[in-house]
Amino acid sequence: MSSTRYLEISQMGKTFPTDTGGFEALRDVQLTIQQGEFISLIGHSGCGKSTVLNIVAGLDQASVGSVILEGKHINEPGPDRAVVFQHHALMPWLTVYENVELAVAQVFRGRKSSSEMREWILHNLNLVGMDHAADKAPHEISGGMKQRVGIARCLAMEPKVVLMDEPFGALDALTRAKLQDSVMAIQAELKNTIIMITHDVDEAVLLSDRIVMMTTGPAATIGDIVEVNLPRPRDRLALAEDQLYNHCRHQVLEFLYSSHDDTADEAEPVAHDSDCVELPTTIENAPSDLEVSAEETALKNSSNQAA
Amino acid sequence: MSVTTADSSGAGTATPAAPSSSKIGDFIAAKLFFPTFGILLFLAFWQIVAANIVTSLGAFPGPTEVWTQSKNLVVEHQEQRAKADAFYERQEKRNAARLEKDPNAPVKIRSYTGKPTFFDQIFTSLYTVAFGFVIATAIAVPLGILCGLSESAYQAINPIIQVFKPVSPLAWLPLVTMVVSALYVSDSPMFEKSFLNSGFTVALCCLWPTLINTTVGVAGVDRDLVNVSRVIKLGSITHVRKVVLPSSVPLIFTGLRLSLATGWMVLIAAEMLAQNPGLGKFIWDEFQNGSSNSLGRIMAAVITIGLLGFALDQLMLRLQRWLSWDKQAVVR
Repeated sequence: MSSTRYLEISQMGKTFPTDTGGFEALRDVQLTIQQGEFISLIGHSGCGKSTVLNIVAGLDQASVGSVILEGKHINEPGPDRAVVFQHHALMPWLTVYENVELAVAQVFRGRKSSSEMREWILHNLNLVGMDHAADKAPHEISGGMKQRVGIARCLAMEPKVVLMDEPFGALDALTRAKLQDSVMAIQAELKNTIIMITHDVDEAVLLSDRIVMMTTGPAATIGDIVEVNLPRPRDRLALAEDQLYNHCRHQVLEFLYSSHDDTADEAEPVAHDSDCVELPTTIENAPSDLEVSAEETALKNSSNQAA
Repeated sequence: MSVTTADSSGAGTATPAAPSSSKIGDFIAAKLFFPTFGILLFLAFWQIVAANIVTSLGAFPGPTEVWTQSKNLVVEHQEQRAKADAFYERQEKRNAARLEKDPNAPVKIRSYTGKPTFFDQIFTSLYTVAFGFVIATAIAVPLGILCGLSESAYQAINPIIQVFKPVSPLAWLPLVTMVVSALYVSDSPMFEKSFLNSGFTVALCCLWPTLINTTVGVAGVDRDLVNVSRVIKLGSITHVRKVVLPSSVPLIFTGLRLSLATGWMVLIAAEMLAQNPGLGKFIWDEFQNGSSNSLGRIMAAVITIGLLGFALDQLMLRLQRWLSWDKQAVVR
């Protein structure tokens, strides 16, 4: 099995039973992911992004089609496809350390001694910069820190694929930026294969190798894929002025605001000149679930002035 | 910050966290003044009304009469204890004297067979309810976890719960009595049959609140946490121990407290009806006795039952606070 076909989603469809017959949420989703690739799934609310992620995680079953990871069919959840949940999903009765330990003790049972496990847990907490809070309870740390612990727990399972369900969606802009940088640094070091759901166009462009854009449901599918060929490591401040960055960003925005959006007629038409930088006016007209935050734009601008 | 009801009532002293004097004033008003006022008002009302109710056993006892009878109950208990001690002392002397004459003489040790006092009855009631409650908990919590985890188990068990839940303890009692007599045949019984009758009746009635609340608690564990457990692939026992139980502790304890309160009420009724020893029998005996003191003594028992029920609930509350991971939670 070559690494170009590490994870393969083929002909995947999902129909949910309802009182008035089946609701076809996904149809014919086809995607091949390479080892070490960072993929973003972007699309409007309710387009089935989370369903795709849940099926890859094994938490949900596809109605038709299959998901194959390293040549093996996926039909149940497992630590090889660890999930970072939007709302951290830490056990509130366990400390930061114990939350990671719960996963490590199960996944490495019989493979690591207890001292090796302890070292491994602390190593992963260190990776996300949370080793100082190992003995704190989740309610004692901030939202961003909880999400860091969630990421540490995920990484500690040594997953083949990391699945992130809007990992930064519940965080404020500054915390989000810091966490994005951390995730980029970790991915550069560990070469994880990552699938991330996001609503944030900037986040998608900054982090991804490819951005998979989904059409609006029912029977949602992959509308288009944008390749982001920006060199790594990426610096958010430098990229704000980068033509390629803005081109990619523009492509994604264009997809989301035009043909695949019911409210497209009301939205301001997007200029087709791909070199131009998106203006905040367009952003303000965005449907509320698309978070191209004005705060972040302001942050960049002020940083640029400072520089 | 936990809001306690009874345990802080004695504290008029300021904690370091309550600096302003008006706050202390509010605290005293809320925890000391109003409850005391309410109780005094109730006692006055009771005294006035009681004096105007005349039964065939004399006037209905007011607070003063009940207080007198309560003291009598304590005195009677002390007298009985003194008699028992005297009995054992005489027996010991007799045996010692007999052994002095003949070292091989057979020594008989008999236990004192006096009438159980009010306090003996309290003790009997308490351990009977504990017995029934422990049996019920041992069945209800695991069964509730099963029903909460598995929809099919819930569907299978739910009809049975719904049918048996509203059944009165008095309906169970004759059946339990007959079954215990038929099945518990032993030459040297570890338990009295009457104790088992009461205990099992209590168990049958305090099964349901714990069972239902545990089911609801377990079924309501956060989906994300369940998904974490599935991704990690925790075994079912670890899943229950590390994810399900901590998360459903509050509802399990709500069930346990309802169960214990039910059990305590059921027990008094069962003891009364089945002539099993305990506070219920004490009340029944006093009623049959029909002396001029009886009503006062029954009223003393009523208040004791209430206070003990309250104490049992407080005990469960403490246990919950101690076991729960969430020390911030307001537990009432």
